[in-house]
Amino acid sequence: MNARAAAGKLSAGAARGSERSAANDARDRPVAEWQLRLYVAGQTAKSIAALANLRRVCETHLAGRYEIEVVDLLVNPRLAAGDQILAVPTLVRKFPEPIRKIIGDLSNEDRVLVGLDVQPLR
Amino acid sequence: MARQKKTSTTDQPTPRAAGALPKAPTGIRGLDEITHGGLPRGRPTLVCGAAGSGKTMLAAEFLVHGALHHDEPGVFMMFEESAAELAQNLRSLGVDLGLLQQQRKIALDHVHIERSEIQETGEYDLEGLFIRLDHAIATVGARRVVLDTLEALFSGLPNHAVLRAELRRLFRWLKERGVTALITGERGEHSLTRYGLEEYVADCVILLDHRIVDQVSTRRLRVVKYRGTPHGTNEYPFVIGARGISVLPITSMRLDHQASGARVSSGIAGLDAMLGGAGVFRGSSTLVTGAPGTGKSSVGASFVDAACRRGERALLFAYEESSSQLLRNMRSIGVDLAPWQQAGLLHIDASRPTLHGVEQHLGHMVDRVRELQPSVVVVDPISNLTMSHDDPALKATLMRLIDFLKSGGVTALFTSLTSDSAADVASSQVGVSSLMDTWIQLSNLAANGERTRTLQVLKSRGMPHSHQVREFVMGDHGVDLVEVYLAGDKVLTGTARVAREAQELAASDLRRRDHERRLRELANHRQAIDAQIAALNARAEERASALEFALERETLQAEGLGARSKSVAPSREPATHAARPANGAGPARKEAR
Repeated sequence: MNARAAAGKLSAGAARGSERSAANDARDRPVAEWQLRLYVAGQTAKSIAALANLRRVCETHLAGRYEIEVVDLLVNPRLAAGDQILAVPTLVRKFPEPIRKIIGDLSNEDRVLVGLDVQPLR
Repeated sequence: MARQKKTSTTDQPTPRAAGALPKAPTGIRGLDEITHGGLPRGRPTLVCGAAGSGKTMLAAEFLVHGALHHDEPGVFMMFEESAAELAQNLRSLGVDLGLLQQQRKIALDHVHIERSEIQETGEYDLEGLFIRLDHAIATVGARRVVLDTLEALFSGLPNHAVLRAELRRLFRWLKERGVTALITGERGEHSLTRYGLEEYVADCVILLDHRIVDQVSTRRLRVVKYRGTPHGTNEYPFVIGARGISVLPITSMRLDHQASGARVSSGIAGLDAMLGGAGVFRGSSTLVTGAPGTGKSSVGASFVDAACRRGERALLFAYEESSSQLLRNMRSIGVDLAPWQQAGLLHIDASRPTLHGVEQHLGHMVDRVRELQPSVVVVDPISNLTMSHDDPALKATLMRLIDFLKSGGVTALFTSLTSDSAADVASSQVGVSSLMDTWIQLSNLAANGERTRTLQVLKSRGMPHSHQVREFVMGDHGVDLVEVYLAGDKVLTGTARVAREAQELAASDLRRRDHERRLRELANHRQAIDAQIAALNARAEERASALEFALERETLQAEGLGARSKSVAPSREPATHAARPANGAGPARKEAR
């Protein structure tokens, strides 16, 4: 379990690193423009796929402007109620507001972009 | 509750049957009787019904009773109401949900899905729901789980195939966890639930129904299925009252309440006299029927008045008049109920009959009777409890009420409005009258341009009673019956009685005068005779004195003659001695004459 949490932290840290490098040439702000939170339940095939898909989409379209936090509900079950999580994996766009949710393994990039309301770069 | 269980239905489960299927009592009055102990323990139960049929209330009570009385903490997972709304709804029943949460007896989780926020891409499952539920169960150590209304998921999640697979998994999971689950579902058009939840929950299905008949809502509950146990299959009315849901099963199928031999006064001396001189039996039920204005309410008021006079508590349900109007009107006929009310002996519960359905009224009455423990209950009138005239629910409700009152030894009086035509009375009231021990019929006799109130005892079980129609009067000193006025072979009432009385009075007056005259005549006659006697006496005396006179005169004459001849002789013979005294008297008498 702790390994999962550490993995979550790790990936979040990695995302934050990319955000930090982007922040210098973009606007001067302490937090990322895009704050995303991915809820998973253990390291299942679906959650691994979801995280991979999310990273790919963000790097492609939101490079340097995003921050991803991965929450493993098996570790922190009480966090499920806060964002009204039922399905896993669920991606929550915490910022910019309003909150949006995308459920599923995020395999369809177009739908992820629509769901996040991101203008595709290409 | 305990009492009801004792006198409960004949098909009470045997201990063996109850042992075969462990049950979790719901704590809801009546429901545990119907299901013979509660919901199947460790299995899911589906409660379905239309919006507003009381599903959430039933679920919440199940959970709260479990947490408070059976040491079974619970999880309430709600998909529609928020926690604050639920807490508010339960507060109206006197349940402090916040406190129960603090005591870790109940955990709440509000699952809210905003469809517009959700985009779907790729595969997913509902593990999040399982995790939340599991977390909540673990938090309080729950033995009971409520999912209210699970079907909200169908509108929130677009992929129904995934949802159905996950629901199947959910119910299996709940069984594995061994929690007694209660799932509510919206009633569907052609099926029990809109999304066919009954297909997953096979153990126990309870259907709630909320229907409007004649603009009055009535609630019904039916156990559609209950695998592995006998259960009541009828539709049972239920009410959501001040103390939550109560289902109203017929409290006892056996008639085994104790019949009291004690008698209580009806408050009307004449009526008591008609009922064998002692009134009605304690714990019996009396029906008073009559057309408008025949004095039903007055009889009812006299009944409670008598009870209060005996120092007993009485409860009067008034469905036609407000409390103060009733007090005023009864004061006008000399029945002053206000002091009893102030003394706390009398409680008047006045409400609009159309306010509730008949079951709601029953629930309310039962609550009030339990609360006040009166020895006398009057319902004025029962016919107003239902809008339609031949409401089959009325009889069932009355049967439950009478049964409830009898088992508590409460003496009851019900009034019932009937139409004025006599033929109608028996047919319209026969339904409820068979439940009653005593039936008093009040009627208006219209004849000769006037109405007369009459009272008759149509039946009275277990006591001799008068079969006469008695005239019923309301005066300044309460209600009473006029002495029977028999003329020949008829009982006279009203003007006929008054006229007859007047006639007889006149006749007796005449007779009296006749007697006086005759007595006077006799006296006169006697006087005349006395006068005659006096006259005759006078004549007789006259005669007697005349005769005496004549006799004396004759005697004197005779003496005088003799004396004279004697006095002549001495003059011739002077030596005569004997005649000397007479000699002196003789001339003296002569002189006196």
